[in-house]
Amino acid sequence: MNGRGVVWLGAPSFPVAAKQALADPQLRANLKRATTTIRDKRLAVAAELDDWEALRDAAAAIKKRTARHLDRYLLQLEESVTAAGGTVHWAADAGEANRIVTELVRATGETEVVKIKSMATQEIGLNEHLAVHGITAYETDLAELIVQLGDDRPSHILVPAIHKNRTEIRDLFAAEMAHWGRPAPEGLTDAPRELAEAARRHLREKFLTAKVAVSGANFACADTGTVVIVESEGNGRMCLTLPETLITVMGIEKVLPSWSELEVFLQLLPRSSTGERMNPYTSTFTGTTEGDGPSAFHLVLLDNGRTDTLADRVGRQVLACIRCSACLNVCPVYERTGGHAYGSVYPGPIGAVLTPQLVGPEHAASLPFASTLCGACYEACPVKIDIPRVLTHLRAEVVEAQGGRTAEALALKAAGKVLDSPHLFAAAQKAAALGGKALARKGRIGRLPGPAAGWSDTRDTPAPPAESFRSWWRKNKEDDR
Amino acid sequence: MRVALFITCFNDTMFPGTGKAVVEVLERLGHTVDFPMEQTCCGQLHFNTGYRPEALPLVDRFTRAFAGYEAVVTPSASCAGMVREGHPLLAADHGTADLQRRVAELVPRVHEFTEFLTEVLGVTKVGASFPHTVAYHPTCHSLRGLHLGDRPERLLRAVAGLELVDMPAADSCCGFGGTFAVKNADTSAAMLADKAAAVRASGAEVLCAADNSCLLHIGGGLSRQGSPVRTMHLAEILAATEGGAR
Ligand code: SF4
Repeated sequence: MNGRGVVWLGAPSFPVAAKQALADPQLRANLKRATTTIRDKRLAVAAELDDWEALRDAAAAIKKRTARHLDRYLLQLEESVTAAGGTVHWAADAGEANRIVTELVRATGETEVVKIKSMATQEIGLNEHLAVHGITAYETDLAELIVQLGDDRPSHILVPAIHKNRTEIRDLFAAEMAHWGRPAPEGLTDAPRELAEAARRHLREKFLTAKVAVSGANFACADTGTVVIVESEGNGRMCLTLPETLITVMGIEKVLPSWSELEVFLQLLPRSSTGERMNPYTSTFTGTTEGDGPSAFHLVLLDNGRTDTLADRVGRQVLACIRCSACLNVCPVYERTGGHAYGSVYPGPIGAVLTPQLVGPEHAASLPFASTLCGACYEACPVKIDIPRVLTHLRAEVVEAQGGRTAEALALKAAGKVLDSPHLFAAAQKAAALGGKALARKGRIGRLPGPAAGWSDTRDTPAPPAESFRSWWRKNKEDDR
Repeated sequence: MRVALFITCFNDTMFPGTGKAVVEVLERLGHTVDFPMEQTCCGQLHFNTGYRPEALPLVDRFTRAFAGYEAVVTPSASCAGMVREGHPLLAADHGTADLQRRVAELVPRVHEFTEFLTEVLGVTKVGASFPHTVAYHPTCHSLRGLHLGDRPERLLRAVAGLELVDMPAADSCCGFGGTFAVKNADTSAAMLADKAAAVRASGAEVLCAADNSCLLHIGGGLSRQGSPVRTMHLAEILAATEGGAR
């Protein structure tokens, strides 16, 4: 595996991991309930805006323009952040970003940091890296906390603990909180209020003692140097304001040309992600201010495969992603398998197109195939990423990387030859009809051999009829003309 | 009008009845149908599975087989989508300037069957009679790929005796997805289970769609479960004249 992180080491291929998830009825019920609820909410609030489609077009256009001049906007961002009293660091890959952050924490002399939800730091495996160097990272987003306490992995971009229900969370709090700080209160029930209160008390201790915070970023404005974080709980705001040192790790694609563009994205993001008109907390911060908030601010700009992605004419559009997770919530595959099956911090349709590009298609070869190409993700995406188009593009890259020697490649090459000749094709139809007749009972085939065995576990297949359309036509219609 | 039929390799082999039904409906409406024998396949299987170089000769074959026809009609939303979006892409990425030109000329003349009836011919009543309860499954390619909207339902509602019934979560994918159903058989089966339950809940005698591939999948599941629900391509219902009414 290469040094970019992103995919979980030793994760099985999608079909194998999916099989495990499908066997868990509780997981499927949790996922179905959660995705259906968010899906309906999203549709309702998007329908409230009569310029919704225009907003999507605007967002896509801004992201396209930003990507075209990404170098320029990033340099401008560095200039603005520096002018506002912050420091900018450039990280080519996961290893470099981890080293930079670890050094920055070490320089403060601290051994604990609080964190607010950051996919970029999950992508590079920062918590694990810090732990190796004797630094403990505490997740403070409620869902992230649940994942951390469970020694688990996130299953959703926005709702990382979507796969857990209340009872499971209660049990986890009761068993694990004490190992990380303040224990859960005696007799904790699974009432949402009680769970939230237990988490609040547990986290409050961290907020009040931590001197260093690590965050992600939703957007950063090149012209002002302002970083933007949207969230629901306010825990992020605590991390951004209470500690003395703030380190923000951000993928380079998150830059926006200017502050004014936020107008478009702050309408699209909350509606697309949680189905809310506005998210409860929107924090914007610019460098440092004497006597207010952190006295040191570091912005780590993470590449980790993004410039390679940018170089791909078709695939670059995924850099427009604002991680709203709308595509996950509408995806029929994600709804059945959950996020773990994707073997990466980026699950669902966006994961299927982003992960292979960040790490190279040969390192995530099953992901571009983890879709029926039903198009629901494209329809939902607020920045109009044509995910099905990128999926088929990446499939071709996977096939190319495999060098055309697989059984599938040989079969499809042979099929291509047959289909390029009406005579061979007609002969193959005859053979199929004969073979089908031999296998069929009452006109239907039950079990099929070879790669189609999985198909025939739950599906019958009709036997091909004795007469194809073209031979019927030849007999009955051709002479008429 | 002289109409060329693109039957698709899959229907040709597995569901010849769909092609016969299209011929029946178009002739009933007074048109002449041609079947260029040089046609085979639109290349969708190869394109969607990542075998682009193998799909290119099929694009070339398709444009040659149908060159010169005023209208090409196909009873498959996914193959129509492949021609409309995939062919220009393949020609642009891998083809000659000549192929690109031929593709560009042909694409606007290729129509999915329900689109052709309602938009090009301007008819919704095709003289069919089918006294049964029918549920319509909008396949992903007809719904989100071609944006067929309610055209199929409009055609079905105009069929004498037919009762169109609602199906829960009609617009969710059945889990077929071509090679997806083989490569990710378990996930596909989970999606199919939900779809089959929805079909049962609709109470319909017949499930209909504008694409035989999804019907093969859903029908295969229903058959395995011992369900009496029949699957029929929409063209077969439009060709039906049960009870003698026209
Ligand atoms: S791909 Fe689109 S829908 Fe999916 S998370 Fe990104 S922005 Fe949201």
